[in-house]
Amino acid sequence: MDISFALTGKGYVIVAADTTAARSIVKMKVDEDKIKVLSPHLLMAYSGEPGDTVQFAEYIERNIRLYQIRNTYALRPPSAASWIRRALADSLRSRKPYAVNLLVGGYDTSSHNPHLYWIDYLGTMSEVPFAAHGYGAYFALSLLDRYHDPEASVEEGLATLKRCIDEVAKRLVVTPEKYKVKIVDKDGIREVEI
Amino acid sequence: MARRYDSRTTIFSPEGRLYQIEYAMEAISHAGTVLGVLSKDGVVLAAEKKVTGKLLDMSSAKEGGYGGSGEKIFLLNSNVIAGVAGIAADANSLVNYARQASQRHLFMYNEDIPVESLAQRLCDLKQGYTQYGGLRPFGVSLLYAGYDPHYEFQLYHSDPSGNYSGWKATCIGANNGTATSLLKQEYKEDISVEAAIELVLRTMSKTMDSTTLGSEKLEFATLTLDANKKPKAKVYKPSEIDVLLQKHGLGKKDEDTEMSSA
Repeated sequence: MDISFALTGKGYVIVAADTTAARSIVKMKVDEDKIKVLSPHLLMAYSGEPGDTVQFAEYIERNIRLYQIRNTYALRPPSAASWIRRALADSLRSRKPYAVNLLVGGYDTSSHNPHLYWIDYLGTMSEVPFAAHGYGAYFALSLLDRYHDPEASVEEGLATLKRCIDEVAKRLVVTPEKYKVKIVDKDGIREVEI
Repeated sequence: MARRYDSRTTIFSPEGRLYQIEYAMEAISHAGTVLGVLSKDGVVLAAEKKVTGKLLDMSSAKEGGYGGSGEKIFLLNSNVIAGVAGIAADANSLVNYARQASQRHLFMYNEDIPVESLAQRLCDLKQGYTQYGGLRPFGVSLLYAGYDPHYEFQLYHSDPSGNYSGWKATCIGANNGTATSLLKQEYKEDISVEAAIELVLRTMSKTMDSTTLGSEKLEFATLTLDANKKPKAKVYKPSEIDVLLQKHGLGKKDEDTEMSSA
C-alpha cells in the first residue's frame, strides 16, 4: 500500500513517500520515514515487503557510505543507481530475493544535473523525469504527463506534487494521510512540509 | 656480502629499511624515461624506448593495435593511459590487472573508473608484495594520465612500495632528476595541451642520451576531451610521432631538404 512519488525540475529532484506503516488492514504507525539519505546529494524512497525494505535500504545506505569513506568522494547518482540496481538484480537470483521498489533521486555535483531513477524489485531501472510506485502511480502518472515541467522552479514542482497527492486522496479507496517530502539540489538535501 | 637483511623482501634492516623495495626503485631509475605533464585541457605522456635493435620486428606497431608499440605506453581504460618504467614483464602483468579492475568497475557502477581509484587499486596490489613473504615486489613505476568528472584531468605516479601521488608534471626512469628540474623551471600553471606537448618533447629531447629524437626511440600519447566532452586517449603511431617531431623541429633532419637549402 506504500505510495511514493518523485519528480525532477530545474536543478532539483523532489522525492515524496507516504508515512504509513501498516500490517494487514491495520495502521501501526503514521510517521514512518521511507526516504533514506544515502549521501549529501542522494535520496532513496523505498517501498515493498515490510522488513525487506528496511533491511535492504540500510544495506545500501551503509555500502554507499563505505564507498564514500574509501574513495574520499561519493558515488555520482548514475553510478550509485547502477550499483543499487545490481544489488537488487543479484538478490532476485538468490534463494530469498528482496521485494523492494525504489525511487533514487540525486544531484550530480560534477555535471550539475538532477537525476531520477525508477527501479523495481526485478532489477528494472530507467532514468525518468518523474516517477511513482504503488497505487499512487495509477493516478499520478497521467497528472505528471500533463503538468510536469523539467524547467519548473521548486515551488511549481511542489505544486505539481500536491496535485498528485490530492488526486490520490480524492480517488483512492484507502489513502495515506501524511507524506514526507525531501528535496535534493546543489545545496544538498532538505525536508519540506506540504 | 651484505645478505643479512636484503635477501627477503619483507624483513626490515636495523635502520628500518626494506632493501628489496629500495633496490626495485633503483632498478627503475635505470629504465627508459617516462614523462608526464598535466594541462587544463589534457594530459601528455612520453616515454623513451631503451632497447632498440635493427632486427626487432616492429611491423605490427606500424599498423595494428590502438597505437604505440605496446612497450611503454598502454591504454588501461577509455579514460586512462599509463606509461611504465621498470621490468617489462611485471609491467604487462600490472597493465592486465589494471584493465580488469577498470572493467570490473564499469560492470558494477556503469561508469569509467575514477583515475585515483585505479591508481589505488594497483597500489594495494603492489603494497601487498612489500609485506607478504616469499615473493618479490613489482619492479615497476607507473605514470597514470586520466580523466574523470570528479577531478577532471589528473596525473599520478606510483612506485614499487605502493605509494602514489598526484603531479602537475613529473618524470620517472633514467635522468628523472634532470627532467624534473627542467620541468620545474618550464612548467606554468594553466598551460594548454598544445604547450604541454611542446614542453614534453623539449624536455624529452634534452634528457635523452641520443641527439635526435625519432619514433624508434620514443612513445607518445595524449588524453583530451572530444566534441562530446568524453575522454579521448590518443596513443601515437610511429609515423605520427615522426610528423609531430618534425612539426616541433626536433626530428631527424631530412638530408634532401638540407641539400636544397644549401
